[in-house]
Amino acid sequence: MLTICENNVAKIEAICREFNNDKGELINVLHQAQHTFGYLPEEVQEIIALNLNTSLAHVYGVVSFYSFFTMIPKGDHPINICMGTACYVRGAEKVLDEFKKLLNIQVGQTTADEKFSLSSLRCVGACGLAPVVLVGDKVYGRVTLDGVQEILDEYKS
Amino acid sequence: MDTINITIDNKNFQVPKGSSILDAAKSVGINIPTLCYMHLHDLNTTHKPTGCRICVVEVEGRKNLVPACATECLPGMVIKNQTVRVLNSRKTVLELILSDHPADCLTCPKNGDCDLQSMAQKMGIRHLHYQGEQSTYIKDRSPAIKRDMDKCIGCRRCLTMCNEVQTVGALSAINRGFMSVMAPPFQMNLEDSVCTYCGQCVAVCPTAALTEIDHTAKVIRLLADPTKTVVVQTAPAVRAALGEEFGYAPGTLVTGKMTAALKDLGFDYVFDTDFAADLTIMEEGTELLDRLTRHLNGDPTVKLPLLTSCCPGWVNFFEHQFPDMKDIPSTARSPQQMFGAIAKTYFAEKINVKREDMIVVSVMPCLAKKYECNRDEFKTDGNPDVDYVLSTRELARLIKQASIDFDSLDPAEFDHPMGESSGASVIFGTTGGVIEAAVRTAYEVFTKKKLHKVDFEQLRGMEWIRESTVDFDGTPIKIGIAHGLGNARKLLQDIRDGKSHYHAIEIMACPGGCIGGGGQPLHHGDSNILLARQKALYSEDKSKVIRKSHENPSIIKLYDEFLGKPMSVKAHHLLHTHYFDKSNHVEITKE
Repeated sequence: MLTICENNVAKIEAICREFNNDKGELINVLHQAQHTFGYLPEEVQEIIALNLNTSLAHVYGVVSFYSFFTMIPKGDHPINICMGTACYVRGAEKVLDEFKKLLNIQVGQTTADEKFSLSSLRCVGACGLAPVVLVGDKVYGRVTLDGVQEILDEYKS
Repeated sequence: MDTINITIDNKNFQVPKGSSILDAAKSVGINIPTLCYMHLHDLNTTHKPTGCRICVVEVEGRKNLVPACATECLPGMVIKNQTVRVLNSRKTVLELILSDHPADCLTCPKNGDCDLQSMAQKMGIRHLHYQGEQSTYIKDRSPAIKRDMDKCIGCRRCLTMCNEVQTVGALSAINRGFMSVMAPPFQMNLEDSVCTYCGQCVAVCPTAALTEIDHTAKVIRLLADPTKTVVVQTAPAVRAALGEEFGYAPGTLVTGKMTAALKDLGFDYVFDTDFAADLTIMEEGTELLDRLTRHLNGDPTVKLPLLTSCCPGWVNFFEHQFPDMKDIPSTARSPQQMFGAIAKTYFAEKINVKREDMIVVSVMPCLAKKYECNRDEFKTDGNPDVDYVLSTRELARLIKQASIDFDSLDPAEFDHPMGESSGASVIFGTTGGVIEAAVRTAYEVFTKKKLHKVDFEQLRGMEWIRESTVDFDGTPIKIGIAHGLGNARKLLQDIRDGKSHYHAIEIMACPGGCIGGGGQPLHHGDSNILLARQKALYSEDKSKVIRKSHENPSIIKLYDEFLGKPMSVKAHHLLHTHYFDKSNHVEITKE
């Protein structure tokens, strides 16, 4: 059976209360919960379903529909590669492939040591620096294929 | 009623204002094909997700085709249902659906009873122009229902039944685009979900994405085994629907032909679940009177209302969703399980057959019964009281496989002693029937007076939630009735909130009761069929000489020879049960 500590239950209850335990606010509740926990594991979805008085199937249906929601925990250093138009034409896909190769994971996954996770996003508004990579909140501009290893090395220790 | 003028295919019509193009066309005899759409008239349920786009029509002045099911008629609207553009669109849409559907019709369990297959036939599809990726999923087998999502066409009818009508919430649409599929949360197996096995998803599934677990092959093998004594019981609702599988009009009673067919198939004893329904009334009725008398004497610990417990889908529902109330339902087992328990003790002794050499097969309108007979509490040393459950549809298949000409069968009688039943037991198959049967017996036992009129019309009907007060010679007994689990939920919520004023409540999981069960011949959304089946059961009740359970001579004899009296220690052991908390929520820990 899944377990969750009462501290985390209290956090979820507070989020649901913020939205009046209204099942129509499910997406907002999920956003907040993901912001709090970094991801949406099964037990978190169960507690949300209970508090919003809706079925677990419904909650999971919404979580699995939107690509923004994830059930996989993010790494200590979440990596985001911008796939917006400007970055894309300046080789973002190749940069992404290099990250996939070096980390041996796909987009949406986290490395086994939970250090890095890989996602893509659309335009961070820094097209002049294309292609752009974010690690946590830090922005790297004009990233080259050789630069990928250098970026990872910064976080290796 | 306000009407408006519209034109369909160059003909002028007056149609009700506010109606959809589909309904308007239907009202003037024009047929627009549909696939995902479903309308259960008497059950106030309409499902129109506009997902399949088979029902598209042209509307003059609009660039795009519109779905007829979800587009409202406007005054002066000019609709075209037969243009080349419309017909080509429908065909293309259908071919695209078929391009992601296995083409194994010949060996498919829904062969001949599949909405997709008949649509392909109707549209004259002879060629598939589109070949692409096919979605494949893991097959999921639960004790009652099989999920083969490779065959899902995304109509979402199952979601409407599971979430809106039944409010069970076992299924939802997960993922998106090509990967989208109807599934339990986290793609867990149905068995691990809150599914009650009511089978209403199976009953409306247009294809073989959702089907019953088929036990016909196992039963055929057992019938051929000379070391086994095979006993069969048939539930009341089966006789009112089985005929439909052989071309009879809905509501044709085929009790005698069904019995004859079962004998031809080689069952050693053909008995009636109705016998056990009478037994249920003896036990459940006694329990009701016991609780009632204690309540009237001012005992504050007594739990009321008493909830009926014959329906295994309903039992699963409260075990999952209202476990805090599991001491309110009657402890009486369902008729199916009472039958099995008595067959493998009392009757087995009578005919001198060992328990392990006796096989009990049930024919049920229900899929949850397949699960129920597998519950551990209904087994003795691992041997189940009921071995296999066949749905009404499976029995029809068995009869067809055996090349029995159903039409020419001479009616036969049930065997004795477990084939004898009262009229009260026959109406167990419809919403309102169990409580009416209980009232007939409880009234006479409570008041010690004879009932002059056994028909309690006020308890009958098809309304979702009904209530009535029956006068027990000066004591008003308040009765509630709900069918469909969504309505059961409303009554349960009232009890939980302390707002319920009933003494007894009858609940059946399926719309209409067992006549609309998940194992019945498919009604394809025509609720008139349910009404016809209901009428048939009341007519069989009326035709019986004995119409009260406690007057069934075989039941009287069973108590005399074997059980003692209702709720005796032996009766408790064999005929009563207990319930479990299956809410299975995540465990909350300190750290």
